[in-house]
Amino acid sequence: MISKPAIRAEAERLFAAFRAAGAQAVDADLLLPAGALLDLYGEDIRARAYVTHDPLQGEMMLRPDFTVPVVQAHMAHGADPARYAYMGEVFRAQDHLGDARAREYLQVGFEVFDRAAPEAADAEVFALFSQCLQGLGLRPVTGDVGILLAAVRGLTTTDRRKAALLRHVWRPKRFRALLDRFAGRAPMPTARAALLLRLAQDTPEALIEAAGTFTGLRSAEEIASRARALTQDAAAPPLAAPEAALLYDLLSLEAPAAAALAHLRGIAPLMPAIEPAVDRFARRLSELAARGVDTGALAFEASHGRSSMEYYDGFVFSFLGPGTLPPVASGGRYDALTAVLGQGRSIPAVGGIIRPHLVATLQGAA
Amino acid sequence: MLKIGVPSKGRLMEKTFDWFGGRGVTMRQSGAEREYAGAVEGLEGAELVLLSAGEIPRELAAGRIHLGVTGSDLVRDKLVDWSAQVWQLAQLGFGHADLIIAVPMVWIDVDTLDDLDAAAAAFRAVHGHRLRIATKYHRLVREFLTAQGVADYQLVDSQGATEGTVRSGTAEAVADITSSGETLRANHLKGLSDGLIHQSQATLYAAKAADWGPGAQATLTALSHKLGITPPAL
Repeated sequence: MISKPAIRAEAERLFAAFRAAGAQAVDADLLLPAGALLDLYGEDIRARAYVTHDPLQGEMMLRPDFTVPVVQAHMAHGADPARYAYMGEVFRAQDHLGDARAREYLQVGFEVFDRAAPEAADAEVFALFSQCLQGLGLRPVTGDVGILLAAVRGLTTTDRRKAALLRHVWRPKRFRALLDRFAGRAPMPTARAALLLRLAQDTPEALIEAAGTFTGLRSAEEIASRARALTQDAAAPPLAAPEAALLYDLLSLEAPAAAALAHLRGIAPLMPAIEPAVDRFARRLSELAARGVDTGALAFEASHGRSSMEYYDGFVFSFLGPGTLPPVASGGRYDALTAVLGQGRSIPAVGGIIRPHLVATLQGAA
Repeated sequence: MLKIGVPSKGRLMEKTFDWFGGRGVTMRQSGAEREYAGAVEGLEGAELVLLSAGEIPRELAAGRIHLGVTGSDLVRDKLVDWSAQVWQLAQLGFGHADLIIAVPMVWIDVDTLDDLDAAAAAFRAVHGHRLRIATKYHRLVREFLTAQGVADYQLVDSQGATEGTVRSGTAEAVADITSSGETLRANHLKGLSDGLIHQSQATLYAAKAADWGPGAQATLTALSHKLGITPPAL
């Protein structure tokens, strides 16, 4: 067991390294209003965060991460560009017995808000983390959610289907179910087929009227509007088999980054929509190579970050330790989040966190 | 002394008494009808503890009772990793109830979780808040919806008359137990075709955290013999 002072000393070392890299120190409240966190993470966050109640402010949460308060603070009164470093406790409720994960631990983070050269900023963050974690024998894994998003946006299908897929990029199971259905691989549920049959003979309004007493806040117009959309969707052709196959192939791409780039260059003519995202990937690899990262060996997984990092929409990375330890460090690009929290304004942003208790544990074991 | 926790009132208590009675273990309330004290006959070294069905999972987890009868829905909702905390000894074949997700009947476009998820996304865009699902089974419902990849919903707590929350405007959908579906229909709701979260019934559990000294063990062995069940490996 590593002592708290040893962990704090390691956190101080990392924090100093981030400061030395040009970051301004920032802090955030321990007790955060639950609203923004619930809006971002959904109901799942209740299982992971400690929720408490303030008689005046309503639901509050013990800080589950720094991203939301740091982005909010930056969007409210930050300089442009800006680099931030922070260090402090985060709290994660553990919902399983015997789970050895910490309920309360220090995080040290580094975030870059910069419009100028996003790929250079991606590489700057990754190289800085790499340098701070040198000698620990960690396995870095990278990914790029932006390529997946571009591939979905480029599908030859309706905007409604694309929106449904984009919404679930971070929920692989539902994404897969939707893709199977849009590609004609999964049969239509029988109730849907029966509804379409009824909609062919009657208006949605008449069917709603016949269904029984109206109840609830969701209006008849909303119900009818979705019913009409279902009729339209049924008329849309399934995704072309080669296009669907390319997307399935892309989702499972795992290779060293340089080889992954060659593969993506190979399929880009068949999926022209991913070309700009692949160009960004190529620029990022050059920027990483310029900072001494061996991109011929760096692991790339196209689906990395899809199940655990819901707001990342570009470059993602983790530094993995041995066994079942959580990632020692992780981060990525979250441009869209700044728009969500920025009330109309947005700025490209990339960053990540290191868990000093895991660094100290590995150092202690070495 | 082997402590057996049994629901303290109503049909669940009567049926539990019948179930044990049919196997040679007579349980009864001692004293006045409304007094929560009980007795066990036909089994040496056992003590009856009458408790609210909702508190039995907690008492089992704490090991304050050795055995307990309650709904499997309550054990699974209230106990983290329930199977690591209790042994399931026998399903008693009564108290059947399905935990399901239900939506207004007039939602002609919603029959599956896939529909619910799509409706939730559209609802949030129109109303500015996530689609509310009223329930008292927070853990079970959240774990189910997370596993199914449903988003843009929120759970609102409802400890009773849950089916009425849609009409009263505090929720858009409900997740609650139903046995016949009558209450759902009376409140103009219908179940989703793939929204069955758990099929619950009255179940006999043993607490892993209880003090299983020689006396309690011997009583459990004798009881298991009468009930025709395999005792857990203590």
